[in-house]
Amino acid sequence: MSFQLTSFLLSVIATSTPLLLAATGELVVEKSGVLNLGLEGMMLVGAIAGFAAATQSGSATLGVVAGGLAGAGLALVFAVLTLTFLSNQVATGLALTIFGTGLSALAGSSYVGIAVAPLPPILFGQNALVYLSFIMVGAVWWFLSASRGGLILRAIGDSHDAAHALGFSVVGIRYLATLFGGAMAGLAGAYLSLAYSPSWAENMTAGRGWIALALVVFSTWRPGWLLAGAYLFGGIMYLSFYVQGLGLAVPSQVVAALPYVATIVVLVLISRDRARIRLNAPACLGQPFHEAG
Amino acid sequence: MLRLEPRGGRSPVWAVASPILAMALTVAVSAAIFALLGRAPGPALYTFLIEPLTSESGPPELAVKAAPLILIGVGLALAFRANVWNIGAEGQYTMGAIFGGGLGLAYPDAPAAVLLPAMMALGVVGGAAAAAIPAYLRTRFNASEILTSLMLTYVIQLLLIYLVTGPWRDPEGYGFPQTALFSEAATVPILIEGTRVHLGVALAVAAALIAWLLLQRSVFGFALRVYGQAPRAARFGGFSEARLIWATLLMSGGLAGLAGLIEAAGPIGQLLPKISPGYGFTAIIVAFLGRLHPLGVVVAALVLALSYLGGEAAQIDLGLPSAVTGIFQGVLLFFLLACDVLILYRVRIVRRAVKEAA
Repeated sequence: MSFQLTSFLLSVIATSTPLLLAATGELVVEKSGVLNLGLEGMMLVGAIAGFAAATQSGSATLGVVAGGLAGAGLALVFAVLTLTFLSNQVATGLALTIFGTGLSALAGSSYVGIAVAPLPPILFGQNALVYLSFIMVGAVWWFLSASRGGLILRAIGDSHDAAHALGFSVVGIRYLATLFGGAMAGLAGAYLSLAYSPSWAENMTAGRGWIALALVVFSTWRPGWLLAGAYLFGGIMYLSFYVQGLGLAVPSQVVAALPYVATIVVLVLISRDRARIRLNAPACLGQPFHEAG
Repeated sequence: MLRLEPRGGRSPVWAVASPILAMALTVAVSAAIFALLGRAPGPALYTFLIEPLTSESGPPELAVKAAPLILIGVGLALAFRANVWNIGAEGQYTMGAIFGGGLGLAYPDAPAAVLLPAMMALGVVGGAAAAAIPAYLRTRFNASEILTSLMLTYVIQLLLIYLVTGPWRDPEGYGFPQTALFSEAATVPILIEGTRVHLGVALAVAAALIAWLLLQRSVFGFALRVYGQAPRAARFGGFSEARLIWATLLMSGGLAGLAGLIEAAGPIGQLLPKISPGYGFTAIIVAFLGRLHPLGVVVAALVLALSYLGGEAAQIDLGLPSAVTGIFQGVLLFFLLACDVLILYRVRIVRRAVKEAA
């Protein structure tokens, strides 16, 4: 097996795209002051919904749309609980992952072992979701840094009481941000089941939702760094698969653990700089908002 | 239109009524899910929730399934009170089984009076060691324990797979990924003859009682309670946040490790690539449903243990995937979190006209 740069880059794109899609969505959610830990659950539901829709209809495009909608649907449950019923965001996010894991396993039980026609390439051998991941991270960068809407979203994330006093709908905008994050996570899941490994398997996300969450912290909530981080981790994940295939004397489990260990290491390196975290983290992250205080 | 009005305090009535309402709503939604899956809701609910208890082996099996949930849930209840989000209990459970189980496999002929307590002690050490990593990274580097403890769960899971497929694999196991069976001396003894109820069940209840005393009667328990209700006051009161993080993570990790060792050296009887049906995650729900109270955890653990038995029954009698258990657990936590709003707020139905007048 000779090392080829082109095939390496193509493989890294394939492993990085789902991370980038999911993390871009979560970045917007967190910038609005909402912490949704349910990425893993939304990705799984997106993966099975996309796969089921694609096999039933024969259209991969329809599968992608279904994946995004399913992710947004699960995010709506999260939004109702945390934004309307003011439940604890950490606990609700965990519930979302537990529920999403169960729901996807139940819905997917009749799809195990079935193959589906993978998402077709549109340009340079890459499919539409790869391009979408780049477009979205660029669009989010523009939205947050240069648009009025982005300014309002950031204001709500940094001080929901002040934003409310100015007459902005804190809850309404957080609903929109949460739904956007869910749709992006759903698309990331659909990418896994329709393009990355066109099939369905229980728990096929294998912790990617959690890695995407760590990526948002790694980027200190800046889209440019998010892009770099997603490709760094995509690269590490691909290398761990590549090295496992080489048949080295190292046990394959050691190499398979690499992305998870790398996530911890990177998280530590970023988090130790408390000043930088405090400067960039949305000040109201994870706090419930109620008009009466 | 619904509007939430702050009560200005915690409602003691709803603190107890909320989990009951949540369970009722969960049963209703479960009935709807069964109907969607093409099963008659009534009989399906009976199979899922009642049938597992009617057989002679039902109640003992419930206790066996509840034991690890109680052990882990009690620890998590303490951690969550301090706003320490240890969600890596599944990994700490596995680490306990590896540490304690390793000892049992290495010295199968040691006397039981020494071997089993030593295994249990090592199980606690293993779980606490796995939890010490997130504690260190949180207190020293400010890294979120949520993400570090969860990432470690994947790493520890891979470690277990490596051990049972590599150095610890039973040479007489026909190549299956499993260790040798634990010797009699290394096995958690059965308490009630003719059932699978083992010593771990009694230990779990004892752990809940000890944790309750700790919470009610010790300075540490007082610090935990203050920290949960008013973190700022706790800081002014001189309670160290770092010490609370260390203490709650080590305790919850140690209890999870003990649970893992007991499960491996008890009902399972050997180390396998997978030694938990997600107890570490289910225990999160147990802690919340039990109101983060050690004795409440015992009751909550019985409810969620039933969901495992019900899942098995649904698989056998109704031909449904065991994933039904996960859905039931997730829905239960959703409703519980939603109903908990009633503890702090009262819900008022207001007409749209009010808004116009204002």
